[in-house]
Amino acid sequence: MASPFLSRAPLSNTNTNFTSISFSSSLSNSLPFRSSFSTFPSKRRTLTVRSKIREIFMPALSSTMTEGKIVSWIKSEGDILSKGESVVVVESDKADMDVETFYDGILAAIVVPEGDSAPVGAPIGLLAETEDEIAEAKAKAKAASSSNSTSPPPTSSPAPAISQPQPPPSKPVSDSPRKTVATPFAKKLAKQHKVNIESVVGTGPFGRITPADIEAAAGIIPSKSIKIKSNVESAPPPPPKSAASSAAPPPIPGSTVVPFTTMQSAVSKNMLESLSVPTFRVGYPVTTDALGALYEKVKPKGVTMTAILAKAAAMALAQHPVVNATCTDGKGFTYNANINIAVAVAIDGGLITPVLQDADKLDLYLLSQKWKELLKKARAKQLQPNEYNSGTFTLSNLGMFGVDRFDAILPPGQGAIMAVGASKPTVVADADGYFSVKSKMLVNVTADHRIIYGADLAAFLQTFSKIVENPESLTL
Amino acid sequence: MQSSLSLSLSPHTSLTIPRPNQSSFAPSAKPINLRFCGLRREALGYFSPLLTRRVQLNPITARRRSAADLVVSAALSGGNGSPPKSFDYDLLIIGAGVGGHGAALHAVEKGLKTGIIEGDVVGGTCVNRGCVPSKALLAVSGRMRELQSEHHLKALGLQVSAAGYDRQGVADHANNLASKIRNNLTNSMKAIGVDILTGVGTILGPQKMKVGSDKVVTAQNIIIATGSVPFVPKGIEVDGKTVITSDHALKLESVPDWIAIVGSGYIGLEFSDVYTALGSEVTFIEALDQLMPGFDPEIGKLAQRVLINPRKIDYHTGVFATKITPAKDGKPVIIELIDAKTKEPKDTLEVDAALIATGRAPFTQGLGLENVNVATQRGFVPVDERMRVIDANGNLVPHLFCIGDANGKMMLAHAASAQGISVVEQVTGRDHVLNHLSIPAACFTHPEISMVGLTEPQAREKAEKEGFEVSIAKTSFKANTKALAENEGEGLAKLIYRPDNGEILGVHIFGLHAADLIHEASNAIALGTRIQDIKLAVHAHPTLSEVLDELFKSAKVKAQVSSPVSEPVAV
Repeated sequence: MASPFLSRAPLSNTNTNFTSISFSSSLSNSLPFRSSFSTFPSKRRTLTVRSKIREIFMPALSSTMTEGKIVSWIKSEGDILSKGESVVVVESDKADMDVETFYDGILAAIVVPEGDSAPVGAPIGLLAETEDEIAEAKAKAKAASSSNSTSPPPTSSPAPAISQPQPPPSKPVSDSPRKTVATPFAKKLAKQHKVNIESVVGTGPFGRITPADIEAAAGIIPSKSIKIKSNVESAPPPPPKSAASSAAPPPIPGSTVVPFTTMQSAVSKNMLESLSVPTFRVGYPVTTDALGALYEKVKPKGVTMTAILAKAAAMALAQHPVVNATCTDGKGFTYNANINIAVAVAIDGGLITPVLQDADKLDLYLLSQKWKELLKKARAKQLQPNEYNSGTFTLSNLGMFGVDRFDAILPPGQGAIMAVGASKPTVVADADGYFSVKSKMLVNVTADHRIIYGADLAAFLQTFSKIVENPESLTL
Repeated sequence: MQSSLSLSLSPHTSLTIPRPNQSSFAPSAKPINLRFCGLRREALGYFSPLLTRRVQLNPITARRRSAADLVVSAALSGGNGSPPKSFDYDLLIIGAGVGGHGAALHAVEKGLKTGIIEGDVVGGTCVNRGCVPSKALLAVSGRMRELQSEHHLKALGLQVSAAGYDRQGVADHANNLASKIRNNLTNSMKAIGVDILTGVGTILGPQKMKVGSDKVVTAQNIIIATGSVPFVPKGIEVDGKTVITSDHALKLESVPDWIAIVGSGYIGLEFSDVYTALGSEVTFIEALDQLMPGFDPEIGKLAQRVLINPRKIDYHTGVFATKITPAKDGKPVIIELIDAKTKEPKDTLEVDAALIATGRAPFTQGLGLENVNVATQRGFVPVDERMRVIDANGNLVPHLFCIGDANGKMMLAHAASAQGISVVEQVTGRDHVLNHLSIPAACFTHPEISMVGLTEPQAREKAEKEGFEVSIAKTSFKANTKALAENEGEGLAKLIYRPDNGEILGVHIFGLHAADLIHEASNAIALGTRIQDIKLAVHAHPTLSEVLDELFKSAKVKAQVSSPVSEPVAV
């Protein structure tokens, strides 16, 4: 019954009852200190206060730390420090850490007050060796600062309220005359990759700068998090986008190092896995004149070639269930109850396999409709897991590119994959020696030889070929 | 008790029954007249204006009577020679939320004839528009986070192909959970004979209510438990689509690409967890100078490092959202910000949606409080430490109590329930004052945040005023076997205590299952258990509870163990 809806009383917006620590009062002091101390070290040296007075620097507490915030000074001005003692607590991007002094001495002055930030390596305090030097240091400091500016010496308590409005450090974007709208993650990425956000042109809604814009500006392939497991065969390698690279220098001049996207790593993993499966291939020429005629007839009704091929394969699989089976860890195999045809599709330089489920049971029109929906979802990256990983047989068609034959890699978890080449007019000689021209396409099936043998595959292809050559049954 | 009654009773007969639960009473063997309108308090010569306890009505009769009969029976009983004050109910509760439900269950346990008025749906905010559906969304977001964290999964040796979600499926899960809990709540009250009166309740006068448009019911004691609604500051136009409150957000009708969340308290924080897990980017707008006000600063800082900084979240602090215009005419949601201190315009944000999580306002309008001369303060019903309602002149209103969000003491579902139980204890003869410092609170982000008692600054302020010393002990989840087994070592438990006597002042936890872990500390505070005693208690190994075990053990208390050596128990 615990409730998250608790006592932010309505007027909490006006800060009534919270005992929160506010850093704002100390923040407003940062300006004068900064201005006086940026010139301070050099001044001091000319004033012959030598190495007796040491600076305490903002340490680098992590590899990614660029600046740190003073959480609290454990020691006050005038305290005696011994080597190894904690002096100040610094907040980095990762943690709060105690910072120790490397020298014995006296904390002469605190340069960066609590709550304020300083870049790594900047002086945050002064360490004197003897008491005399404190006075000396302070005097010099005072002299130096008063000669330089009218700002108060660093030893003063944080009293003077500076009315000059200063944006709080948490404010991610500085106001600028040109209104730049960037999403929170885009801003984070810009900072991380050191991209000047003002120089980026936003392509998101309302012209806002999106994370992808920043990645493009930084020369990184956008990590499109396509939530998809790719059950995929040989992927055409996506051409690396050669954006103006301001990121890490490439190992060889001119080349680009691109980390895998989620999809690419999935493909890579699957491809390596496929090496452990003993596969073999059987090719078969299929005459497609009748199929072409059928396609012309049903095309106006919205039927696609993919649907026709999937349907034909599914019908053939129904007669050869072993080709639709899955080998289970070399110990046996599973006859899959459904015939789900995965179809490899290249999208955005990646590769996915939307699945036409129960392709043998649906008619051509429904199948085509379903395929269009799947494609739409795939482009919008909205495929559900069962819509891309439930395939029992994969179909890959490169015919539209003019490829006449190719060899597919068997995706893990399936028994066979069919690679379909282009349909081409071919001169054929019949038994009587007569020549004729027929359209032929080469179909090449890769299968797992642990469960599917040559004769199985040949028989399956023969059935497939018969279905394609007499395609009337497809429209039933 | 209920069962014994229903076994032996038949309607309209008198019978004798020993009075339970009250040792202070006259000999338990003394017969008690349970006649329909009998007034036991007079029969027994026992009277106290606040600690009145009336006869138990036959529950069978009570249950059988329809609401319409109530007026009649009241009239009948009046003409029956009984004193003029005779009531339909011993206890009438306005509002069937978690607070009213808790009070009703306890009232029946104590033998009170109880009615509960609900003008909307049973369950109130928590069950229908609050903690319950939000837990469903957070359960989803937690899993999404795990499945998306490749690094984390890899460390566990797991391989999961990229996770996806179906928005409607997630929304349905939240909705189904709410209706399931709502049904459970309704059934649990019906099963024990609580009358659920449907309609808006209005106070007509002392001990008298109107339900709906015309039905009048009377009750010995009345508890106001009307709860709260989301508070929307002026200037903000809520359209329910792009500018929304938690009521809308819990329906999860959309997952915007970029949502601004106004307010970084519990509600805002939990929603940021949900939205970022589902792929949104989030911008927090907080009026105070730091995020997560109200949390212990140290816990808040750590939480910010884990829950805000690494996620797709940015924030504007120290600013008010003075004007928020919903998306329309092809324009995004526009948020105008001013500096919280100088009131000068600061910035304008353009986002896809805005969630208003600036807190909650009491729902007390139209309650008829003017009829008993009670003036609300910013909508809250003023009450004393016993939840007794205070009228405009500063006097207590007899027989009228207010619990939960409507009194604003501690706007938590379980606090309302605890307050309700406290009221029932009082009206059944046992004085009871609830210790609000023992009520835990939790924020169900991933990981969770929980707390009980004072924050460190509050404790230090109190210590200075009262002149005692405060010590702090801390343990990390990194040292806990179970947390490391889960690969969730990020987290901190912090104990604020008095080293002189071992009193626990506050405990704050940020880490895996913090919300479940806090109860050892809250129970200790409620029962007054001292650290030197609880540190000897045994915790199963390896469990997350050892984080608190370590915490207690690391405290340095000067006082000795106070509990006597117990008798040896053979195993």
